[in-house]
Amino acid sequence: MDLSCSPAEQAFQGQVRAFLRDNLPEDLAGKVRGNRPLSREDMDRWHRILSRQGWLGVTWPKAFGGPGWGAVERHIFEEECALACAPRIVPFGPNMLGPVLIKFGSPAQQEAYLPRILSCEDWWCQGYSEPGAGSDLASLKTKAVREGDHYVINGQKTWTTLGQYANRIFCLVRTSWEGKPQQGISFILVDLDTPGIEMRPIRLIEGGHEVNEVFFTDVRVPAENLVGEENMGWTIAKYLLLHERTNIAGIGFSMQAFEALKKLAQEVTRDGKPLSEAEWFATRLAQIETDLAALRITNLRMLSKADKTGAPGPESSMLKIKGTLIRQALTDLSRRALGPGAAALPGTLPDNLGLVPPEHEHDAAVYFNMRKISVYGGSNEIQRNILAKTLLEL
Amino acid sequence: MQFEMSDDRQMLQDMLRRYLSENYDILHRNAVAYAAPFHDPDRWRALAELGVLQALAPEAAGGFGGEGFDIAAVFEALGGALCPEPVLPVAMAAPLLMAAGSDLETLLDGTRRYGVAIGEAEAPYSLSGRRASHEKGRLTGRKSVVYGGGIAESLLVAARHEGGGIGLYEVDAADAQILPYGMIDGGGAAEVVLEQTPATCLIEDAEAALQEALDFGALALCAEAVGAMDAVQAMLLEYLKTRRQFGVPIGKFQVLQHRAVDLAVEIEQARSITILAASRMKEPDRSRHVAMAKALIGQVAVLVAEEAIQMHGGIAMTWEAPVSHYAKRLVMLDAQLGDRDHHLRRLAAGYANQG
Repeated sequence: MDLSCSPAEQAFQGQVRAFLRDNLPEDLAGKVRGNRPLSREDMDRWHRILSRQGWLGVTWPKAFGGPGWGAVERHIFEEECALACAPRIVPFGPNMLGPVLIKFGSPAQQEAYLPRILSCEDWWCQGYSEPGAGSDLASLKTKAVREGDHYVINGQKTWTTLGQYANRIFCLVRTSWEGKPQQGISFILVDLDTPGIEMRPIRLIEGGHEVNEVFFTDVRVPAENLVGEENMGWTIAKYLLLHERTNIAGIGFSMQAFEALKKLAQEVTRDGKPLSEAEWFATRLAQIETDLAALRITNLRMLSKADKTGAPGPESSMLKIKGTLIRQALTDLSRRALGPGAAALPGTLPDNLGLVPPEHEHDAAVYFNMRKISVYGGSNEIQRNILAKTLLEL
Repeated sequence: MQFEMSDDRQMLQDMLRRYLSENYDILHRNAVAYAAPFHDPDRWRALAELGVLQALAPEAAGGFGGEGFDIAAVFEALGGALCPEPVLPVAMAAPLLMAAGSDLETLLDGTRRYGVAIGEAEAPYSLSGRRASHEKGRLTGRKSVVYGGGIAESLLVAARHEGGGIGLYEVDAADAQILPYGMIDGGGAAEVVLEQTPATCLIEDAEAALQEALDFGALALCAEAVGAMDAVQAMLLEYLKTRRQFGVPIGKFQVLQHRAVDLAVEIEQARSITILAASRMKEPDRSRHVAMAKALIGQVAVLVAEEAIQMHGGIAMTWEAPVSHYAKRLVMLDAQLGDRDHHLRRLAAGYANQG
């Protein structure tokens, strides 16, 4: 057992910190720190800064323009970025489609799409869920019918995150009704400019526009846009979800949120003394710090195992469950620290009112928004099903 | 970073596990754990001969371990077998005797047994609030729930000295009034009544040494709990796969699957926090990490016990089922050396004055 960073890991951490210190624009970090919405330009600006450094495709091998990092280096990078309040990398191109094309794409697809992800020319979004296919993703009905050298797609996708900024979408579509539902699914790449696609916004619980519905009516897509073989989409989808799940624990975000919460508790006064000195509140802080310290080690244990075996195992479902619960607990406690002022609607508060610290005006909105994280990416209940089957063999 | 146990520790733990599985099965354990002297003196000697006690102290003190991960390796194995032998007082006495510059030979070869008497009925956990006091070479007061106290030859006692600080004193057990009793979760403890009892001062101002002993003891309990929780989880999964109701193994029911998964997640968290604490035992933030570990272990251990009983159903309510004895240990372990509330409050006190 040795929990300390090796000299190489320490050097790497120093390198990441120096990069962030020199390259992370303060206005972006300020927005992230204050949980204020980021514009497309904000996100794109950060992507391009990372891209110049060669750090956008963090999971990619060197041969494809990635940094060739192992799981531990990726973890250090993600943790340092979160602690520095860097914008989160929008994952659909760099973290999701990239690894899929590297593993399943044809050389032509790799050549056509991978460089455009790294250069930020393409912004990808995800067409997975449907109104009737959420947790039961395999029951999806959007169909792609082969007609000559095209597929014709009809159906509807939903929960398409940041689709309003994207120019391309990767979709799971039904290409066969034979056999088990999982066996008739294909993975296909679609240009959003193709005629017959309509994207409509879905307004979320706190009022933000983050996700969309996408409607497909007789959308003709070249057959060469199919990734892998026809009907092997489920295998690809599972591979992608496994990648998505590794950083879904969001430990770096929780660490940053915990520090902010601790500071908030020292600033906010309740009944004549700082909230941090109220035992009822401080013990709740202590509980979260403890859970988070444990999860950080759980994550490192699993990373270190993944580095040896080459792939994250079903244990990543554990990280998802616990990581999301901790993040939600943090947003819950921030909201409660602010008292009734937490309910003030962002954007309607007069300036300099002092009702809530400026960096915490969005805390209640974030609390509501963060309810999503135990729902998306395979709900926590689905993760429990996976663990019951694979880890506990029940 | 690497998370594998060193070869030496793995060998020690494997050997200890093998010894316990061959010589300390649950029937034998239950036969000795609930009746005076609440342990098995022959097996105690055997454990000492295996070197288990020496693993709890560093080479400089005549042992071959003494680091956080040594303590964890030993106690995880003891917990897995629900072993009631009084090894905990050794893990706590070792740092105390080392701080005092005393010889550890008889402690580590198991020939002299020590009780570590810190807690009092009105101040069971924290070091402040000690009432037992020292004056002119004699101690007066009462020490409460001293694990292994009923069989100890020597007592290491925390008491307030004339100057107001807390000192560490050694008392010959023959000179004190010792009232032994058994524990509902097996093993034995004692009340130690001191009335002008002759005592040797080992350390004049012993707060730091006592806190270190409490931290090593708490780490040992955390590791013991992890070992016991792994054993309970194995029993539970076996039961879920074999017990049939409504024509299917009950483990096919999603309501039980999810509860079993939640336990598995919490057990991994408990293991992680114990590893973290074990890695910090030589660092300035040792106490803080131990507090986190013991707080989380207290929560998870009780959860595992209660859920295991519920999911085993009526059978877990019987004396015959091993899970019932593990459950008792897991619950009561929370109350030893600081329960979850005590340790969370210790952590909480640190938020006020941080920058």
